[in-house]
Amino acid sequence: MEFVRSHILVCAGTGCTASKSHEVFDELVKQLESNGLDKEVKVIKTGCFGLCELGPVVVVYPEGSFYSRVTPDNVKRIVEEHILKGRIVRDLLYHETVKKDNISSINETGFYKKQLRIALRNCGIINPENIDEYIAYDGYAALARALTEQKPEEIIEIVQKSGLRGRGGAGFPTGRKWEFAAKAQGEEKYVACNADEGDPGAFMDRSILEGDPHSVLEAMAIAGYCIGAENGVIYIRAEYPIAVHRLEVAIGQAKEYGFLGKGIFGTDFNFDIEIRLGAGAFVCGEETALISSVEGRRGEPRPRPPFPAVKGIFGMPTLLNNVETYANIPWILQNGWEAMAKIGTEGAKGTKVFALGGKITNTGLVEVPMGTTIRDIVEVIGGGIPGGKKFKAAQTGGPSGGCIPASHIDTPIDYETLTSIGSMMGSGGLIIMDEDNCMVDIAKYFLDFTVEESCGKCVPCRIGTRRMYQLLEKITEGNGTMEDLDTLEELCEHIKQNSLCALGGSAPNPVLSTIKHFREEYVAHVRDKKCPSGICKNLLTYKILDNCKGCTACTRVCPVNAITGKVKEVHVIDPAKCIKCNACVEKCKFNSIIKE
Amino acid sequence: MKSLEELKAIREKTRGQMHLRKEDGPDNTRIVVGMATCGIAAGARPVLAAAVEQVSRRSLEHVAVTQTGCIGVCRLEPIVEVYVPGSEKVTYVDMNPEKMEKVIAEHIVNGRIVTEYTIGANE
Repeated sequence: MEFVRSHILVCAGTGCTASKSHEVFDELVKQLESNGLDKEVKVIKTGCFGLCELGPVVVVYPEGSFYSRVTPDNVKRIVEEHILKGRIVRDLLYHETVKKDNISSINETGFYKKQLRIALRNCGIINPENIDEYIAYDGYAALARALTEQKPEEIIEIVQKSGLRGRGGAGFPTGRKWEFAAKAQGEEKYVACNADEGDPGAFMDRSILEGDPHSVLEAMAIAGYCIGAENGVIYIRAEYPIAVHRLEVAIGQAKEYGFLGKGIFGTDFNFDIEIRLGAGAFVCGEETALISSVEGRRGEPRPRPPFPAVKGIFGMPTLLNNVETYANIPWILQNGWEAMAKIGTEGAKGTKVFALGGKITNTGLVEVPMGTTIRDIVEVIGGGIPGGKKFKAAQTGGPSGGCIPASHIDTPIDYETLTSIGSMMGSGGLIIMDEDNCMVDIAKYFLDFTVEESCGKCVPCRIGTRRMYQLLEKITEGNGTMEDLDTLEELCEHIKQNSLCALGGSAPNPVLSTIKHFREEYVAHVRDKKCPSGICKNLLTYKILDNCKGCTACTRVCPVNAITGKVKEVHVIDPAKCIKCNACVEKCKFNSIIKE
Repeated sequence: MKSLEELKAIREKTRGQMHLRKEDGPDNTRIVVGMATCGIAAGARPVLAAAVEQVSRRSLEHVAVTQTGCIGVCRLEPIVEVYVPGSEKVTYVDMNPEKMEKVIAEHIVNGRIVTEYTIGANE
């Protein structure tokens, strides 16, 4: 038997893989071997730690040293100093953990202190490709107990009492959904998992599947037992190759251990899960479109009712939940509904995972109790806005959501409060904007996405969103009129009311919420022909101020020779030639070039 | 897998291998082995291995074995320091794997300091 004295965890989540954590992993294995330490030290690939901004992340136990931004070149020092000689390499640690005379725990840093990880409980702790490690953290115990000791109705009641609501965005009470599916009649039933995460910037479902795939499998089996289904389907986009691979590995291991298959835990309960790959269409996150796609047809929504709980996959009763919702289930059954019911707000219990991005210091994945304020997420967990800029707005819910202005920064986050200020919870994208972001441009960006992703089945969405986009284009080019603003709002209301599914129904949200909270910016674009944030190119003119030293740096960098002037004299930009590429502004050392 | 017992057996077994990954809590006992050049030259590596082996074998979940650099009295290496929460640090000197085993059995498990190996007895 070998005795291991140290575990080195290397993040193999999405963010860290993109910053080449696999090279760090290979180098670690190599360095440990060459120092003869490979028997006593184990290197493990884990899921996302959340602090993607500082990836690749490497954590060394038992000390719990949190190394950030590790490059393959750093590995030799970590192995020779820390692993061999026990001297922690302080300058490579995450700077917030390094105090003057000691090293604090990672859980005491601003980023982690205010977080509560339930759905992400095992991410960054276990090896997602090793079922034993999931079992070691109480995995499959909830399933075992459910099958051998509990009745389906008891479990549904626990889920209901916990107050868990759908984490995919709409927030429908999960327990009620299970109850409907359990009562529905059908010769077969399906349990489906929506892993078609399409919001730009959101990656929590992906990270859960990459970091803790068994938690979703276990929850689906429990759901199957509760509603009387033997078939499980995970609908995931083919664009998530790591998540698909880890799911395949996990399903294989679960079958081998008998957690999936026939006669699970010696009972007469059978349950199997298959993976269906989607081609990455945003509309397939909508439940009826997803079901069409699973059946092999074009991913288009259909009117509801009938709801999937009554008529879903192949016309059979289907329970469809989001990845994050499922990931909460084993935790609730292990810890009791009371544990979840005491976290959060009146209407929303438990936690929510957010993908934090945009103008923020700590880009990454965070899980916070419902009711946490946006201020806490931005200033404490997110570490504030870089470059001393001012917070302007937070965008939640992706293309279906809206912008929350600075005046609402103390809003506690839950489903209802976000809806009441014109945004929505959505799947959990949280994009932070500072004073340099133009809100009209942001609205246009999200609308561009919806126009592309509209499936085209219903007219309000297919043509309406395109017309909206054209109006926004007109406004950002400086050709808008005040009537256009009214038309835009009117169009929004129509599309909201008349679209077939939630894609069209929520597509106007980014426009409506920015008009509501930032009307003055729209008016500036229309009436004054100015873009206050300096983003919309057609509304900008570049000018050289009198403090120009005549260094000629700008003339040399201008790609269209729009700048003229003699050495040591004030230069001039020809607006007719200028293509507004901003190259001169970046080059000028004296801040003499402005845009207005 | 047919029963809760089987599941529990896997849980316990893997858990024992994973206790390293727990955050170093205030209730944890720490065994610190001096692993500077002087320590390694004097034979600290087998001492460390013995400590790790004993802690694993006995499933001592609350005990972390770590290393440190030069403690300063190189002539007394290998040196092992034991930090039990709520009591003073105990420094064992001139250690070898057999002594390490005894320290774990006596001091860590049963709470009886092995006085004859301590730095006080040596001086």
